[in-house]
Amino acid sequence: MSADAHAHPSYVKIWGILMGLLVVSVVGPMIGIRVVTLITAFGIAIVKAYIVARYFMHINIEKKYVAYLVGSMVVLMLLMVGAVSPDVMHHDGANWHNQAAAEEVKRGMAAGEKEEHH
Amino acid sequence: MSFPKPIATLREATGMPTGRLAVWWVIASEIVIFGGILGSYIMHRLGHPEWAHQSIHTNTWIGAFNTFVLLTSSLCAVLAHAEAEKKNGPGAAKYLMYTTLGGLTFLIVKSIEWTNEIKHGYTITSNTFWSFYYTAAGLHGLHVLAGMIIMLIVAADAKKGKELQRVENIGIYWHFVDVVWIFLFPLLYIAK
Repeated sequence: MSADAHAHPSYVKIWGILMGLLVVSVVGPMIGIRVVTLITAFGIAIVKAYIVARYFMHINIEKKYVAYLVGSMVVLMLLMVGAVSPDVMHHDGANWHNQAAAEEVKRGMAAGEKEEHH
Repeated sequence: MSFPKPIATLREATGMPTGRLAVWWVIASEIVIFGGILGSYIMHRLGHPEWAHQSIHTNTWIGAFNTFVLLTSSLCAVLAHAEAEKKNGPGAAKYLMYTTLGGLTFLIVKSIEWTNEIKHGYTITSNTFWSFYYTAAGLHGLHVLAGMIIMLIVAADAKKGKELQRVENIGIYWHFVDVVWIFLFPLLYIAK
């Protein structure tokens, strides 16, 4: 494929779109609304990554198995995070309590509030 | 007895040049590496709300500038690929040099940023947030550096009109490094 030129949109135009999305992703969180931050910061990150993968990496005109390979790695990561997250994000469960983590949270919050009052 | 080219360069066992397939394999494994670090960070961050008092000290504007630099360098990398497709080796080499310059700018800005943060006492051991911050961004920075070195080697050959297929390959790697930063930026600099 690399030996043959392939039709593509203007790369500079794609860069311009990415710049616009960058501006939105920086300005959006400044509004201070949590949902807007999630959409503009993380939603736009996913859109930007897709644009780079499609128009710069040309994953859409690669052999299909490349997209399956990359996609399956992402799925594996999501599975790993999903499987491990209850133990990491929570500090207690039905039969256990992560005392060290709970105390670190308390210490960190107290230290942070002290820093704010100074 | 010597071979003019590596055997892999002359072979297409899977319907695509072996070199390009190899780059996609590398990217697949890098997704696991960076996905692991970023996934772990997200989980820990959600379980440690007190990290907000630490993450507030990262500089969003520096992060945004570095995002601009990397996106622009990605543009240069794909323009290098476009030139290589037209068999214009010197043109491809020129754009690869611009891409490398973007990488250098990124690393210089990061060093200034980190020097400032370390001076203020925010080191890799001061808090688990900063441990994640320096590890994730540091590993990414090492990938930027490695990409720059390979890019310079490819550019040296491309300037002489040699091995132009490698321009696309290093470009794919560079775009992936950019994609990793696209996710690092909101996680470390925006979601405070």
